[in-house]
Amino acid sequence: MANALSIEKLTTIQSLITQHKEMPGALIPLLHAIQDTIGYIPEDSYLPISRALALSVAEVHGVVTFYHHFRTFPIGKHILYVCRAESCQAMGAEKLEAIIKAKLNIDYHQTTSDGAITLEPIYCLGNCACSPAVMMDDEVYGRMDNQKMADLINEARAS
Amino acid sequence: MTSIAKDLPIKIYVPRDSSALSLGANRTAKAIQQEAHKRGIEIEIIRNGSRGLFWLEPFVEVATANGRVAFAPVQPKDVASLFDASFLNPDSSTAKAHSLNLGLTEELEWLKKQQRLTFARIGITDPVSLDDYLAHDGYKGLANALKLTPAEIVKTVTDSGLRGRGGAAFPTGIKWNTVLGAGEIGVQKYIVCNADEGDSGTYSDRMVMEDDPFVLIEGMTIAGIAVGANQGYIYLRSEYPHALHILNEAIAKAEAAGYLGENICGTNHRFKLEVRRAAGAYVCGEETSLLESLEGKRGLVRFKPPLPAIEGLFGKPTVVNNVISLATIPIILDKGAQFYADYGMGRSRGTLPIQLAGNIKHGGLVELAFGATLRELLYDFGGGSYTGKPIRAVQVGGPLGAFLPESQFDTPLDYEEFSKIWAVLGHGGIVAFDDTVDMAKMARYAFEFCAIESCGKCTPCRIGSSRGVEVIDKIINGTDVEKNTKLVRDLSDTMLNGSLCALGGMTPYPVLSAMNHFAEDFVPNSKPTLKKIIDIVVA
Repeated sequence: MANALSIEKLTTIQSLITQHKEMPGALIPLLHAIQDTIGYIPEDSYLPISRALALSVAEVHGVVTFYHHFRTFPIGKHILYVCRAESCQAMGAEKLEAIIKAKLNIDYHQTTSDGAITLEPIYCLGNCACSPAVMMDDEVYGRMDNQKMADLINEARAS
Repeated sequence: MTSIAKDLPIKIYVPRDSSALSLGANRTAKAIQQEAHKRGIEIEIIRNGSRGLFWLEPFVEVATANGRVAFAPVQPKDVASLFDASFLNPDSSTAKAHSLNLGLTEELEWLKKQQRLTFARIGITDPVSLDDYLAHDGYKGLANALKLTPAEIVKTVTDSGLRGRGGAAFPTGIKWNTVLGAGEIGVQKYIVCNADEGDSGTYSDRMVMEDDPFVLIEGMTIAGIAVGANQGYIYLRSEYPHALHILNEAIAKAEAAGYLGENICGTNHRFKLEVRRAAGAYVCGEETSLLESLEGKRGLVRFKPPLPAIEGLFGKPTVVNNVISLATIPIILDKGAQFYADYGMGRSRGTLPIQLAGNIKHGGLVELAFGATLRELLYDFGGGSYTGKPIRAVQVGGPLGAFLPESQFDTPLDYEEFSKIWAVLGHGGIVAFDDTVDMAKMARYAFEFCAIESCGKCTPCRIGSSRGVEVIDKIINGTDVEKNTKLVRDLSDTMLNGSLCALGGMTPYPVLSAMNHFAEDFVPNSKPTLKKIIDIVVA
């Protein structure tokens, strides 16, 4: 493994495993807990998870990579999700997407060079009466235009 | 003003629904609080759900003796002028003259024309106040259910004519009856709520969970009692963080008050409820894929049979119902099967919460009895397109629903009527597109989406979706158009008939409907390509 995990992270992961392992269908709640706590799911966690849940490492890897929400790499300080689904397309999402990529100078699944923002596509935020929509961390923003988008990005960079 | 402030604090409602928040409702609430403080006026701000008139959010209401008066949309910059106009006393001449004053909320035509049954409380109550829920007919359905036998509850649901609102429209009562009769006596059974609302253009599940979570909890509790299940799971999409917090808060309150957990309402019934977060896979809205995911696996679709009602979660008999189906159960048990069945047309009984989305002027939640036409929805409620251009196409029922041209706008919203025109109602989402839409691009996107979201288990969906993107690209680029058009139709036929679930099986709906109704968009070089448009815009 290129980046061995710190003892601190391994201890955190181990304690989350202990908290979750008795739940029925524990794997996905456990993966959420790991990602919520340390920001991503390190591949080094597959082995301890697989042992605790009586799974193979391949099964854990399979689940992590099946779901779009899970990631195996650290992200920037903020995560910006841009909705690519039909309702937002009908309101100019593709234009917005191009503007965001140009402004951040990155593509999807990448992080800005200052480490402030990671960009991800998303397929529907359930804010379809206020398209186009984006989500910054846990907050949804609707009726996005160039100005509102620029303000949101600047705000995130400043925080 | 000060004379009013000396009485009870005036109640002001500012929604906490995600869509209201997305347009700045938190900032508005804060500005109102600060302005009131500055002026020494005592107010009580209640964070209610949304009435569903999203073009008017943040939708602020002031309580009066005659009902609530709406001021909308209110941005922080409007707040000082509202106070200057004495908006806390909406009967004053200055408040009446304020440009944002819409009058009594209940008198707004947009709401008056609706038939809100499932959404009866939404926008009215504080979502996490159990007292508010009880004061607005909450838990009356459960009280009635507790007086009935399980078979009588199931019969009530069957007689109401309720069909699965997630999209498949399978009769809910029949599903429940199968679970009721499944397995040995005392076998573990489950109620699973499918809250993986992934269809673009839909948000009614989100609204129920954020704006009236107790109605879902009550519906699931009744389902548990009806079929003999003591454990429920809400499988909630990860894109809805606010719904997660609100549901958990409501579940804790329901448990503390004896509506969940052991000895529900002092009876021997037991029902536990837990929210499980999904992880961004669209296919997990398919019920068997959802169950795999709940079991901690990749969301691969299962072969049917066995039906989940016989062998569902962890191999046990399981009811899997959509949020809206379950949230409709309380009113059916409260008012009776006939009350609900009296709404609607043909075999589509009751009401459908319709969600107006996309390029629409007045987007929002419209609950109506089945039978209204698309045209009424798009123009009478929707007010036409947001951009003011003609509405050229609408997609009903999410990314797997057909695109409909203007000539089909008079189709009534009814499951069977939509089938007749090779379309689906799905979860009731209507996405409007104006005349700038490129339907070849939309057809390509349908295949692309299927490729991104395919679980990979069956070949037509896994491979067909990627080949579909390639072949549409060839048509767009003018390569062997006739041959490739035939190829798309062949491929669609294979996907329709050979896919394991609706993801691969229904992707041809948007693709073929786009080709059939908007053939002119599939003529190469008839218009600038998407890339050219983006290049021009970005430059």
